[in-house]
Amino acid sequence: MTAILTRIQRGNPHPDNPAECGTSGDHLAALESEAVHIIREVVAEFDRPVLLFSGGKDSAVLLHLALRALYPAPLPFPLLHVDTGHNFPEVIAFRDRVVADLGLRLHVAAVQDWIDDGRLTERPDGTRNPLQTVPLLDTINEHRFDAVFGGARRDEDRARAKERIVSLRDAFGGWDPRRQRPELWSLYNGRHTAGEHVRVFPLSNWTELDIWHYIARRDVPIPDIYYAHPREVFARDGMWLTAGEWGGPRNGERIVTKSVRYRTVGDASCTGAVESTAVTIDEVVTEVATSRITERGATRADDRLSEAAMEDRKRDGYF
Amino acid sequence: MAGLLRLTTAGSVDDGKSTLVGRLLQDTQSILVDQLAAVDRATRARGGVELDLALLTDGLRAEREQGITIDVAYRYFATPTRKFVLADCPGHVQYTRNTVTGASTAELAVVLVDARNGLVEQTRRHLAVMAFLRVPHVMLAVNKMDLMDFDEPTFRRIESEFAAVARSLGVPDVVSVPVSALHGDNVATRSVRTSWYRGPTLLDHLEAVPTGREAVAEPMRFPVQLVLRPRTAEHPDYRGLAGQIASGVLVVGDDVIALPSGGRSTVTGIDTPDGPVLRATAGQSVTVLLADEIDAGRGEVLARLEQQPRVVTELAADLCWLADRPLRPGARVLIKHGTRTVRAIVTALTGRLDLHTLHHTEPPASLELNEIGGALIRLAEPLAVDSYATDRHTGGFLVIDIADGNTLAAGLVGSRDAA
Ligand SMILES: Nc1nc2c(ncn2[C@@H]2O[C@H](COP(=O)(O)OP(=O)(O)OP(=O)(O)O)[C@@H](O)[C@H]2O)c(=O)[nH]1
Ligand SMILES: [Mg+2]
Repeated sequence: MTAILTRIQRGNPHPDNPAECGTSGDHLAALESEAVHIIREVVAEFDRPVLLFSGGKDSAVLLHLALRALYPAPLPFPLLHVDTGHNFPEVIAFRDRVVADLGLRLHVAAVQDWIDDGRLTERPDGTRNPLQTVPLLDTINEHRFDAVFGGARRDEDRARAKERIVSLRDAFGGWDPRRQRPELWSLYNGRHTAGEHVRVFPLSNWTELDIWHYIARRDVPIPDIYYAHPREVFARDGMWLTAGEWGGPRNGERIVTKSVRYRTVGDASCTGAVESTAVTIDEVVTEVATSRITERGATRADDRLSEAAMEDRKRDGYF
Repeated sequence: MAGLLRLTTAGSVDDGKSTLVGRLLQDTQSILVDQLAAVDRATRARGGVELDLALLTDGLRAEREQGITIDVAYRYFATPTRKFVLADCPGHVQYTRNTVTGASTAELAVVLVDARNGLVEQTRRHLAVMAFLRVPHVMLAVNKMDLMDFDEPTFRRIESEFAAVARSLGVPDVVSVPVSALHGDNVATRSVRTSWYRGPTLLDHLEAVPTGREAVAEPMRFPVQLVLRPRTAEHPDYRGLAGQIASGVLVVGDDVIALPSGGRSTVTGIDTPDGPVLRATAGQSVTVLLADEIDAGRGEVLARLEQQPRVVTELAADLCWLADRPLRPGARVLIKHGTRTVRAIVTALTGRLDLHTLHHTEPPASLELNEIGGALIRLAEPLAVDSYATDRHTGGFLVIDIADGNTLAAGLVGSRDAA
């Protein structure tokens, strides 16, 4: 992340490099320009944007794009992390390092606080991904955020595949897939009435592989657990889960040490690792390119519960 | 991007658009094992036996319950030849606004027709939408040929009727393919059951159709999104105009004018976070530095002195009306064009496309949901515009409801000035 702050404006102008930028360049450069355009539109038209930052790879790429979009001006809006409390310590350390290095403002909405004061109750299965919605909406209301940047991608899930880039949320934060606004060309209509807000997804058109290619090209820092490392894990629902204080292992589940890598980093109690030996970015890109299973299929137990798990959560106001 | 094709599906409800998309994904090995397993489970849950490929994109609860597509689904896949962004659009007339959404960014539209039914009203409506949006390439897929014994005369009849409608709407050369989305005939592999057909498979054509743009030939347009003024110790006096080149090529040293304000200056630099560049082309997001501190904030368009857009306060426009409430002359609206939003009044309706005759009627009393028509619009403040016909990237605008902020219509700047 700091790389882009130091690498800038040295030396003489170079003729445009088709491999690097714009539609004259490649697919990745076009995605980058599209995302930068979206971020600038929102900064220009909204009063109080916020960027959801979990420390995961998509939010790291999103933050990187936001910094590029506004460079050399500093980021004019804060970050928000809805913290399940079920974290990978490496990811929280990464989050805090990024915030400190770049001098950013970070709001943390901790699910635990909502449970402690009774606004939320723990679920019987112990997972906390679905519990993020209420702290998210409460924090949006409290700070009167009017545009919320998220790193969701359409290729993640079939409900997300239906999402607009700039997507209106009602006063309850709900998504109504039957009443989405038309979204024409690259003209985004973010007009809303008091109490409503928009969710903005600059990475809509990116695939998982695009994200990894981009991390490689721009040297975007991400937490180490995205690379292969030895870890104590146990098998559940066909995934490797980290042994830890929340939910595991239970009776009969045996802890083993494996070389693993994460493809997503969510609630650690239900986010699985994949077996891997990829320790460099190029090795990860190769693995992702040849994988025959989607990142959510490989790593998210909660999304397997029902056919429309994501749609239902989004209707309630989830990211 | 030479290597990327954005395509959309179109055609009436149940003509097989989602099935075709699923088939394309399946036959290009773009479906991963867990997605396939999920579709298999969903198929069985609905009592099906053969994999229902439409369930790959029909992902909403309501879509699966009703067996129709409601909103656009975007899918991404690649073959060794190129990458594809695919928008699977709904066929139902009620959701035409979503089809307009999916088609607005498409370079190619695959219009499906059920071989048993031939062209229906919704086929004509969608073809009119593709013509309205000037989707550069239109392709006809005559689907469900399996139910017509792959009968050549059936295909030829639909092909020529479609060609005639396309011609009346001004859609240039249509490529037609007889397919069975369900069984895969002529989708990614050539069918042995259509020996009479000599043309390309659907995928052959998708891989071969020319894409990309000749940015060098376009007039340069740079709508300013915002002014970057860091006021930091490192950059105390920096003042850069942030934006994405909408068309053409911008070169350091160009003499430019900011419109509608009219200030003139010279481009002294083009910045990117990786360092300055000497030129930038359509699609690139950059930051432009000027020699003078002219008024060129959000809403201004930079153009080269010798290639200026028109600055107008009256627009002759074409509209595709997307709201339930009809448009009547006298309506007060907002127009969002590029990075500028202005108040406006629709002073007159000038015509309406009749889907049966394919001609424009006399000025109608109103424009109803999903209708395409002409309008005169008076603007509260000037806009710098190009006609959509000359530039699809700068000639489009939104019509927005002042009260609730909803998008009411897709608008195209006409090629002549308002009278
Ligand atoms: N026999 C046969 N049936 C087909 C073929 N293509 C699609 N179908 C069937 O037609 C029905 C409708 O298919 P869909 O793909 O959902 O149609 P659609 O055009 O996407 O419908 P909407 O999105 O709601 O407009 C389904 O039952 C399909 O199985 C085909 O080539 N042959
Ligand atoms: Mg469909």
